[in-house]
Amino acid sequence: MKNIPPETSPFFPRDREWHPPAFTPGYKTSVLRSPQRALISLEGTKSEITGPVFGHNILGEFDNDLIVNYAKPGEMAIGERILVYGRVLDERGVGIPGALVEFWQANAGGRYRHKKETYLAPLDPNFGGCGRTITDENGGYFFKTIKPGPYPWPNGVNDWRPAHIHFSVFGHGFAQRLITQMYFEGDPMIWICPIVKTIPDENAIKGLIAALDMQNTIPHDMRAYKFDIILRGRRSTFFENRKEGN
Amino acid sequence: MVQPLTYFKESASQTAGPYVHIGCTPNFSGITGVYETDLGSGSMVNDKTRGERITIRGFVYDGAMTPLKDALIEIWQADADGFYNSPSETRGKADPNFLGWARQPGDMATGEFVFETIKPGRVPFRDGRLMAPHVTFWIVARGINLGLNTRMYFSDEEAANAEDPILSRIEHRVRVPTLIGKREGNTVTFNIYLQGENETIFFDI
Ligand SMILES: [Fe+3]
Repeated sequence: MKNIPPETSPFFPRDREWHPPAFTPGYKTSVLRSPQRALISLEGTKSEITGPVFGHNILGEFDNDLIVNYAKPGEMAIGERILVYGRVLDERGVGIPGALVEFWQANAGGRYRHKKETYLAPLDPNFGGCGRTITDENGGYFFKTIKPGPYPWPNGVNDWRPAHIHFSVFGHGFAQRLITQMYFEGDPMIWICPIVKTIPDENAIKGLIAALDMQNTIPHDMRAYKFDIILRGRRSTFFENRKEGN
Repeated sequence: MVQPLTYFKESASQTAGPYVHIGCTPNFSGITGVYETDLGSGSMVNDKTRGERITIRGFVYDGAMTPLKDALIEIWQADADGFYNSPSETRGKADPNFLGWARQPGDMATGEFVFETIKPGRVPFRDGRLMAPHVTFWIVARGINLGLNTRMYFSDEEAANAEDPILSRIEHRVRVPTLIGKREGNTVTFNIYLQGENETIFFDI
């Protein structure tokens, strides 16, 4: 890891017109779970600009290979084999090293391994559905998995989720904490999904669609999808002469 | 024309969904054998951790006063002396026996979350004034489109709370108690209300 002095300035304000609002009645669960009062703005203090660091020691050998990390020895998960790769950057375009990226998804048939999951598609005995990795010094990451299937969900009577992978990302400050979802280029289901449609800006949605990248396939093995994740940028520190602590 | 400002936009948030536990606490969700333990699970404290042991417990309530059973809560806090265990902490070195971060799912049957931690010390605000002891909360769940940020202060810190730069500038004083965890013995109860008369104050941090 490069020895860069840690940054201590606050983050760019979050653009709340770009993110989905809390109250999105097309996604019914949000109705009773959306705060109704204005958020109180809090310019980053130490409590927001700092954040935990996770070392590579937490990672197991197959944490970034969902094809095998739950499979019985010698077996593999069923489905279209894919490589998902990209970088975790901030809004300045700076790669974020050491970022913990966690991901979870349904199996090839669109079924999650979860007690409360009721979809009739079968479980794959060799697929758990979780993985994680930590970005390299340039913010790069990758993992291997199978392409998740779309699935119906209880919202409208005929609502379906497009194929997607959930992502949870830690940057360097707790204020950068983000959960999002990755979609797949060319999927017609994206544009009719009530959860996708919570995002008001079409360009913001496009930013969540991974591109099929035939240059980075593993020949005779798996196709690649490129998915960059952007976290909040930090303000410049031109004026850090303001009195702060000590 | 002027030079373009070449900034990217933050990736848009999407709900954590009902199965956030598969990714973040797989052992809790019944997926064993992939990770040895769930990250951030268990007590935040070991024998050598400095500070006063406390237990934080509470529920996250929706607008129908029903506790969420699928929420995931993360907390981030300073050590007993007010230092964060983070490279961006430049004032001093935090207790090496205290990470300051933890993650807990609400109980699948009741929704209750529990954190075994220590009471944090005071941390300076940007202008140098001390903030009252507090724990930063981040809440995600199905139906929450962008993770919610709030803070828990402590009921046994009346004097410090009164001079806290964040608490003292909240216009609607009647809402301030939504940020105060109620301490009884070593247990601090902090319920989070997403809506309603007692809607918790959430911050745009
Ligand atoms: Fe999903």
